[in-house]
Amino acid sequence: MEEIKDVVLNYVIEEYLEEDDEEITYDTPLISGGIVDSFSMVSLKRFLENEYSISIPDEKATPEAFDSVNKIVALVREFTG
Amino acid sequence: MSYSETIRKIYLDQIDQIKNAGIFKEERFIHSSQAADIEVEFPAGSSLKKVINMCANNYLGLSSHPDVVKAAHEGLDTRGYGMSSVRFICGTQDIHRELENRMTQFLGTEDTILFPSCMDANAGVFEAVLSDQDVMISDRLVHASIIDGIRLCSAMHDTFKHSNMEHLESKLQLHADKRFKMVITDGVFSMDGDTAKLDEMAELCNKYGAMLFVDDSHATGFIGKTGRGTHEKCGVLGNVDIITTTFGKALGGASGGCVSGRKELVEMCRQKARPYLFSNTIAPVVVSGVLKVLEILSESTERRDKLENNTKHWRKGLTEAGFVLKEGDTPIVPVMLFNAKLSQDFSKDLYNEGIYAIGFFFPVVPNGQSRIRTQISAGHEIHHLDKALEAFVKIGKKYGILGLAKQEIIEKYGL
Repeated sequence: MEEIKDVVLNYVIEEYLEEDDEEITYDTPLISGGIVDSFSMVSLKRFLENEYSISIPDEKATPEAFDSVNKIVALVREFTG
Repeated sequence: MSYSETIRKIYLDQIDQIKNAGIFKEERFIHSSQAADIEVEFPAGSSLKKVINMCANNYLGLSSHPDVVKAAHEGLDTRGYGMSSVRFICGTQDIHRELENRMTQFLGTEDTILFPSCMDANAGVFEAVLSDQDVMISDRLVHASIIDGIRLCSAMHDTFKHSNMEHLESKLQLHADKRFKMVITDGVFSMDGDTAKLDEMAELCNKYGAMLFVDDSHATGFIGKTGRGTHEKCGVLGNVDIITTTFGKALGGASGGCVSGRKELVEMCRQKARPYLFSNTIAPVVVSGVLKVLEILSESTERRDKLENNTKHWRKGLTEAGFVLKEGDTPIVPVMLFNAKLSQDFSKDLYNEGIYAIGFFFPVVPNGQSRIRTQISAGHEIHHLDKALEAFVKIGKKYGILGLAKQEIIEKYGL
């Protein structure tokens, strides 16, 4: 099974990066680095919830918790056990 | 004293930071009425300079049209200066309702409600018609006023990549469980001058049962064969559920805006939209001016036709001279320079040559996408455009960018 972090990384690339953008890593700051608009976070949250059959409460879905692929993976693991 | 020196210093520091970042905005004082030829005091205190205006939203050249000015005078004489009221208390005159009806007819919709500005229309409309059971799906390059309106609304919000219909469709599928889905876009995008694919969007909205919202501020009056807007150009007249637009650009350029669309949605705005409920009615003098503008536009397409020809002439001249332009066919013609400092230097040099056009850079446009945004008007004559082109070419040569491709300009000046 594909590692969670690769699933998330691929989703972020597909969803948020434009053709001209530079490559990102697991630790690239996504929201504070201006790659993901905090406005557009909802699709990432919905994607994670659908993909892993989890429900992330709004108070956990903060810009800080979504700020890198590694942080997102940690958040997902909290709910997948 | 509540406004202490400590508080003052914090603000002064913030203003310094804005200056140091090179994004401090300064006004230029225009001593004439708005037109192709204007007289400008810049910097403040300097003597007046005659320049050609290449950055106004005065697309149809009606801002100072004698018939519009005359109609505004008549409105002032017959309906007074102000109404001292919001619409629903005692701020609605016969001419306010007349303008709403005329806009409904012009845009081919079911009903219209006026707002103090299109900024206010966008700030109020979403909250008035959507709730937390719904989702708003907006293009990533929509205007700031739409973003503010979205922030004020409790519905879920998501975005799709600029004009990317596959991405939009995936979002409509992702949010299929929502009660109402509203797809939100600008008709013509203000920074790039490209046009939304409203035909494809309307089709997708139909397929997934979504409503379609268009801010046509940079289109109403001149886009489409008879100037109805982007929906006319794309062949979807009657298929857009909400159109917001402004009277502050092509339609006389004074102020005011409206929400036009499905009867029930307009009625919800009349009942619930806060900028409508809690802000003053549009001044009678402005309403009278816009009514005259609509009369002029209904009599002939001469002005939008001239604008189209001017735009073609301008784009052709710049392209042949070797500038990199954003593709499109609207009167918003961005000359791409990519580097922020180059865009500022270029703009200053243009001003010295008697051409008024502004450089835009991050955060107004994405990093590395700095540009001079030129805007063409039916008020321009060919000699204005040719003089402006001459100045562009002279400065383009100075910086050695004529004939260079995007990558070559970036290599020369950096991002």
